[in-house]
Amino acid sequence: MNWYAVKSIYTFEMARTWRTVLQSVIAPVISTALYFVVFGSAIGSRMTDIDGIGYGSFIVPGLVMLSLLTQSVSNAAFGIYFPRFSGTIFEVLSAPISYIEILLGYVGAAATKSILLGLIILATATLFVELRIAHPIWMLMFLVLTAVTFSLLGFIIGIWADSFEKLQIVPLLIVTPLTFLGGSFYSIDMLPPVWQTITLFNPVVYLVSGFRWSFFEISDVAVGISLGMTAVFMIICLSIVWWIFKTGYRLKN
Amino acid sequence: MAPIISIKQLQKTYTGGFQAIKGVDLDINPGEIFALLGPNGAGKTTLINIVCGIVQATGGSVTVDGHDISKNFRAARQRIGLVPQELTTDAFETVWNTTRFSRGLFGKPPSPAHIEATLKSLSLWDKKDAKIMTLSGGMKRRVLIAKALSHEPQILFLDEPTAGVDVELRKGMWDVVRKLRESGVTIILTTHYIEEAEEMADRVGVINNGQIILVQEKRALMAQLGKKELTLQLSDKLSEIPSALADEQLTLANDGLSLTYTYDTKSERTGITQLLGKLSENGIRFTDLDTTQSSLEEIFVNLVKRPA
Ligand SMILES: Nc1ncnc2c1ncn2[C@@H]1O[C@H](COP(=O)(O)OP(=O)(O)OP(=O)(O)O)[C@@H](O)[C@H]1O
Ligand SMILES: [Mg+2]
Repeated sequence: MNWYAVKSIYTFEMARTWRTVLQSVIAPVISTALYFVVFGSAIGSRMTDIDGIGYGSFIVPGLVMLSLLTQSVSNAAFGIYFPRFSGTIFEVLSAPISYIEILLGYVGAAATKSILLGLIILATATLFVELRIAHPIWMLMFLVLTAVTFSLLGFIIGIWADSFEKLQIVPLLIVTPLTFLGGSFYSIDMLPPVWQTITLFNPVVYLVSGFRWSFFEISDVAVGISLGMTAVFMIICLSIVWWIFKTGYRLKN
Repeated sequence: MAPIISIKQLQKTYTGGFQAIKGVDLDINPGEIFALLGPNGAGKTTLINIVCGIVQATGGSVTVDGHDISKNFRAARQRIGLVPQELTTDAFETVWNTTRFSRGLFGKPPSPAHIEATLKSLSLWDKKDAKIMTLSGGMKRRVLIAKALSHEPQILFLDEPTAGVDVELRKGMWDVVRKLRESGVTIILTTHYIEEAEEMADRVGVINNGQIILVQEKRALMAQLGKKELTLQLSDKLSEIPSALADEQLTLANDGLSLTYTYDTKSERTGITQLLGKLSENGIRFTDLDTTQSSLEEIFVNLVKRPA
């Protein structure tokens, strides 16, 4: 393993975060705070408890997931798209590093960023609502797994995209809707039965459900299934990445 | 000595179907400066990019210091530094950070001392904390050289290193290259400036249409260059060179109307005065004369014009 290379890419990407701290940390925190004000306080005060949990608290895991997913995807996508766009990728391609090391550097940094962000948002949430975390280890596990999986997805998008529009379009048209429809703001059994079934095809449902379980021990699907589905999604992403590297797709002509 | 880079039957067909490299065989000797010349689109960058791992060959093989570039890519690549033709830099990074990044990427432990020495040798030290986007084109080019040297490579590829660099800096750059060569680094460069190849290179290769059409010691080339030809248009037809002139380097044209004298411009005496004296002694008169010297550029242009 060329650990110096992994470290180089990782620290380089992290440095980019600090340079753009405003857009990568403060912006999501502000928008989450707005969600709390609107959904938690204004609307939430008129909502009944869900499974004995106050609405304001109920939406916290979903909100964290919402940021985690969108930030993982956009961080990782941008992280690999930008060197491709500017041409500096030549250096990474000519370096004595394997694809696994490239992946560890870029996806590792993107995942780290979104995990930190998730924790910051969690901390922000405690300013608005009362929170208890029943299973902190599980909570962290879901956080890490989700961040890594969606950073992988972002990496794939960053390699597939050949314009800034395409870079934006997947997060906008797929990730955000899936997250909103993934039970971030409601419990699945609040939906009509047909939609409950359809929803089960949405991978985000399993993430939000498992994540919420680690807080309140309530879930839409069994926590084991949540974990399993997250793993399946991660394996799918890894397979695509493996294929990209094997064929040199959009990296080497 | 075993070649440090050995290219065998290399082929590259781009995805669109364009064949950019058509069976190139080339050996680079350790410690030499090799200049690769060729017109735009000849395949120079493609060739370099294949050796460096940026472009995937579609046939043939390359070894670097005995290591196959795909089977043993780590060993091969860590020996190589590349200065690309395009000015691709991380605009928002500082000179220091981007150079440090390159060193790490190539698997070397941090060495601020080496990076400092590299930046100083390229007159970039006072810019070390400047963001790359605030630098001029020539400075950016030198940042790319610093990045390529950051991991102390044994082999350095310079793909048109002096494009956009002013005369003074160009000289400074060649000083750096010479020092590198003295320390044992093998250097492969492409350039459109023939004088640069003449001045710097130990060997010259010419590539055209994806094929190597000439590889020669520069000294051998220069020997050809050092020769000048004096052509005399004779007033009377000559059937053969008189025996009194047999010792001279003379050739008589087929029509018997011109004599060509080949001489070395670098020798102490060209022998022209003596020759002209002998000619008038033998009653050979001429109406006109002119001298020609073939330059590397001429050789190059002639080679490239020849249909491949
Ligand atoms: N990615 C690519 N896809 C298709 N064709 C390409 C690609 N890159 C280069 N080519 C073609 O391959 C040929 C060789 O290009 P290359 O860049 O190697 O030339 P070069 O000798 O470096 O030229 P120059 O002196 O202009 O830098 C050209 O005809 C070019 O159009
Ligand atoms: Mg070129």
